[in-house]
Amino acid sequence: MLGLFRKARQPTLVFDFPGGVHPPEHKDRSNGTPIQPGPLPAQLVLPLNMHLGAPAKPCVGAGDRVLKGEKIAEPVGAVSAALHAPTSGTVVAIGPRPIQHPSGLDALCIVIEPDGEERWVERRPVADPAALGPDGLVALLRDAGVAGLGGAGFPTAVKVTLGDHQRVAQLIINAVECEPYITADDRLMRERADEIVAGIRLLQYLLNPQDTLIGIEDNKPEAIAAIRSACAGSDIQVRVVPTKYPSGGEKQLIQLLTGKEVPSGAIPAQCGVVCQNVGTAWAIKRAVHDGEPLIRRVTTVTGDAVARPGNYETLLGTPVRDLLRHAGVDGERLGRLVMGGPMMGFTLHDPAVPVVKTSNCLIAATAEELPEPPPEQACIRCGACAESCPASLLPQQLYWYAKSDDFERAQRHDLMDCIECGACAYVCPSHIPLVQYYRYAKGEIRHQAAEQLKADRARERFEARQARLEKEREEKEARRRARLEANRQKQAAAQAPAGDDNRLADLKKAVGKASSTYKAAVKAAKTAEAQEADNAAELRARADQLKAEADRLKAELRDAKAGAPAAAPTADPLADLKKAVTEASSAYKAAVRDAKAAEAEEAGDAAERRAEADRLKAEADRLKAELREAKANAPAAGAPAAAPTDQLADLKKAVGEASSAYKVAVKAAKAAEAEGTDNAHELRAKADTLKAEADRLKAELRDAKAANPGAAVKPAPAPAGKTPDGTPAATPATEEASPTPPTADPEAAAKRQKRLKALKTAYNMAHKQYKEAHAALERAERDAGDDDQERLDALAAKVDKLKAKANHCRDALNALVEEAKADIRAHTGKNLKTLKLEAARAESALRQKADELARLRDTADADTLETLDAEVRALDEEAQVARRALKQAVEEQGLVEDDQ
Amino acid sequence: MTTVLIAIAALLALAAVFGAALGFASEKFKVEGDPIVDQIDGLLPQTQCGQCGHPGCRPYAEAIAEGEEHNRCPPGGEATVEALADLLGREVLPLDDDGAEDAGEDRVAFIREDECIGCTKCIQACPVDAIVGAAKQMHTVIADECTGCDLCVEPCPVDCIDMLPRETTLATWSWDRPAGIGRRPENRIDVVNL
Repeated sequence: MLGLFRKARQPTLVFDFPGGVHPPEHKDRSNGTPIQPGPLPAQLVLPLNMHLGAPAKPCVGAGDRVLKGEKIAEPVGAVSAALHAPTSGTVVAIGPRPIQHPSGLDALCIVIEPDGEERWVERRPVADPAALGPDGLVALLRDAGVAGLGGAGFPTAVKVTLGDHQRVAQLIINAVECEPYITADDRLMRERADEIVAGIRLLQYLLNPQDTLIGIEDNKPEAIAAIRSACAGSDIQVRVVPTKYPSGGEKQLIQLLTGKEVPSGAIPAQCGVVCQNVGTAWAIKRAVHDGEPLIRRVTTVTGDAVARPGNYETLLGTPVRDLLRHAGVDGERLGRLVMGGPMMGFTLHDPAVPVVKTSNCLIAATAEELPEPPPEQACIRCGACAESCPASLLPQQLYWYAKSDDFERAQRHDLMDCIECGACAYVCPSHIPLVQYYRYAKGEIRHQAAEQLKADRARERFEARQARLEKEREEKEARRRARLEANRQKQAAAQAPAGDDNRLADLKKAVGKASSTYKAAVKAAKTAEAQEADNAAELRARADQLKAEADRLKAELRDAKAGAPAAAPTADPLADLKKAVTEASSAYKAAVRDAKAAEAEEAGDAAERRAEADRLKAEADRLKAELREAKANAPAAGAPAAAPTDQLADLKKAVGEASSAYKVAVKAAKAAEAEGTDNAHELRAKADTLKAEADRLKAELRDAKAANPGAAVKPAPAPAGKTPDGTPAATPATEEASPTPPTADPEAAAKRQKRLKALKTAYNMAHKQYKEAHAALERAERDAGDDDQERLDALAAKVDKLKAKANHCRDALNALVEEAKADIRAHTGKNLKTLKLEAARAESALRQKADELARLRDTADADTLETLDAEVRALDEEAQVARRALKQAVEEQGLVEDDQ
Repeated sequence: MTTVLIAIAALLALAAVFGAALGFASEKFKVEGDPIVDQIDGLLPQTQCGQCGHPGCRPYAEAIAEGEEHNRCPPGGEATVEALADLLGREVLPLDDDGAEDAGEDRVAFIREDECIGCTKCIQACPVDAIVGAAKQMHTVIADECTGCDLCVEPCPVDCIDMLPRETTLATWSWDRPAGIGRRPENRIDVVNL
């Protein structure tokens, strides 16, 4: 009665977990014989990643002699374990070897050839672990390479390191060994219970748990008895759990012994529980009390194909082949070789795979014993898997999701909580390899997560690079601006008082603004005209007005420019005169414009204004004549003093002025002719005089140049076009162009670029000259009548010559361009992608700039807008070029493909 | 009459209060930029390869947000097309990969280092700065950072860059998908030579 009462008062010792299966045990084959020593193979192969976490780093080299228990690889990082030589011998290689992994991939291994002497390195047993302190003990365990021997191989040193405020309620020693066939822990407990308990005491010292529980399945009565007697009188409680697979799973055992369920995604330590395998406890004892690092373990060798099944104390690194031979394997009967248990183990692909820290069992099964699994059949939705799942998942749902690659929903159904115990696959009547489906889905999920991580990193790097490039570009721009500014300042300082410079800049700005407003107005007018709007005429008039304004400003700018250099310290009368002339002529022009406007409006004072204009013209002419005279005198007076180059420069300037004056005159004359005014003839005559003057000056310049060949300013690459007769202009260019070898090196390309530019200039000049001459001829023809045929002929000849020259130049240019194009074509062959990218880059840059422009349109000042506008235009051009190149390349590729 | 006025006044007061609250909220919790672009960008594989015709993944994300088709990302493969279609509520289109066989394959650039002349052209071409080296010094690829965009292959003047398939390591290996109904599970290789 009293006993019954006492029993009722005792708390429930063992709880239950959902699901689970009862597969045939087959344990009696190997648990009847004591643990025997394993073989000493010809070679030991020690993978650097026997444990979970980062692979260890070798600290020996090939050819080194090592002693038994000598460290051969150091732990790397927090989650890692050291590696030791299992016996004395020589390191023969460090290289890839097949290892214990279902992938069949090779991994880095240290290969040791034993010398058979079994000479130990100096061992340092710790008699009083408390003297070392917890930190010292943890370091010792890490150094001894102790890792979980149950199956996962988690480094023990990490598991027994407590956080600052971590408290361990229960230390659970896992001695359940629930998988069929395996008896390694069973034999270990039967034979070495005292050592195990010593190990548990060390764990208790490290973790300081409130309770220490040993969970053993009730199918191992001898082991239970041995452990009970070893624990007698201590605070270690032995809990016997009913036989059910997978009660040895960490989370299942915690639930069995404590009733606590480890939450999804958490680790047991978060519930105040630490779980250690019984084999690990033994290894901890050996490491601390005997100074013996983890170099051997008890491995069950069983299966119908071995003659002497049993437990063997095997050196780590022993190839499976040697161990099986030692146990008397019959190669004929061997059907499948499984490392680990039949539920969670994997089939070995190579018998050279070594025994490692986590290898608790080796099943050499015959074909009858572990037959090939039958083919997968369709799921019949019987729900047996859900009933057997120890993690309370819905295996069948997970199967559907994994099968249809719907990983997101699989995750929502807690796929990641699957412990891959295989209970569901075991009960499945359709033989669906469920666990493999889950493993596949888990792998894919991990892969996707890794990809995402990588993508994020790539994005970060890409953005960083973009930012860097942008910064570089800005810096370059800033440097360029600074240089420009410095240059301008230098010029300003050297040239004239700052006021002039400012005025010039202001004028320039004003001109820019005026021309841009004019352009806008023209556009508006055009659109209006196109739409036949009412105000089209008005707009056009406004545009004309703006143009006049812009022209005026331009003229002013020109004057200012011409005036600025003249305002040099010398302040000679020539410059003054020049200024006066330009002023007078601009006043005249303004007056003419005025008069014209008045005439157009048929105002009363039109005649008066015209007269005023004529007066101004006379004045301007007078001044010009004066200037000419002064100029003619000046060189004579200053000849001995001034260098010939100065004279040359003056002449050049004079030529320029004369020709521009001529052009203006021609324009005026043309306008007059068009309007049919009376003074058209007069103007035309004036223009002719000016032309003659200009020609004279040009001739003078030529003479001067001829006289001073050394002092002459070196002409541009194709300046021959400047000479009026122009015969030698084109020939050198063409001669230069023809022998161009079609090479691809950048130097040649640069050269060609240069020549291309020069040719273009030459052609433009020649063409202009030709046009001018042509116009002159026409005019002469119109005016001359019976005048002098000779002059006409001469002019015609000149025109022809110029035309020939221009054509020549154009041909040369075209040839060069063609050549360049061919070259580019040859180069752009296959890099379609690059071109695509370039086009895209250019376009996006263009879009960006356009956006910026649109944004700034209202706020920024005219200067910035103009720069932006220019930039946009340049980018647009670039984009167009890129697009064209891409199109061309695409077409070419199309051709190539057609050929094939 | 007073009741009606009171009701109107109360409604007006309520309208004013809620209007103010909404106005404040719209200012306070204003979303900068276009969030859909970020979402699209998050789905793209960030290889920055330009095969979509845009200079990088983000420009393509912006283009997709503006209505461009979402099937122009060969490195992302069908999975990306599906994810984008799902996000945007568009149709799943067949991948526009110009019929390339290796679309979606994970590759990594490899420089045959003894042939490298140190021209730095590949370094300039790499969109993620995954190539290290200096002028006239050998260059090499940081394999972990390489996105396999093969933009470095074209600029190389000596053709010393290969695009190799990324090797499976123990860290990246995962189980194959079972063969399916009516088939025996694979990955069971008979042991020989024992």
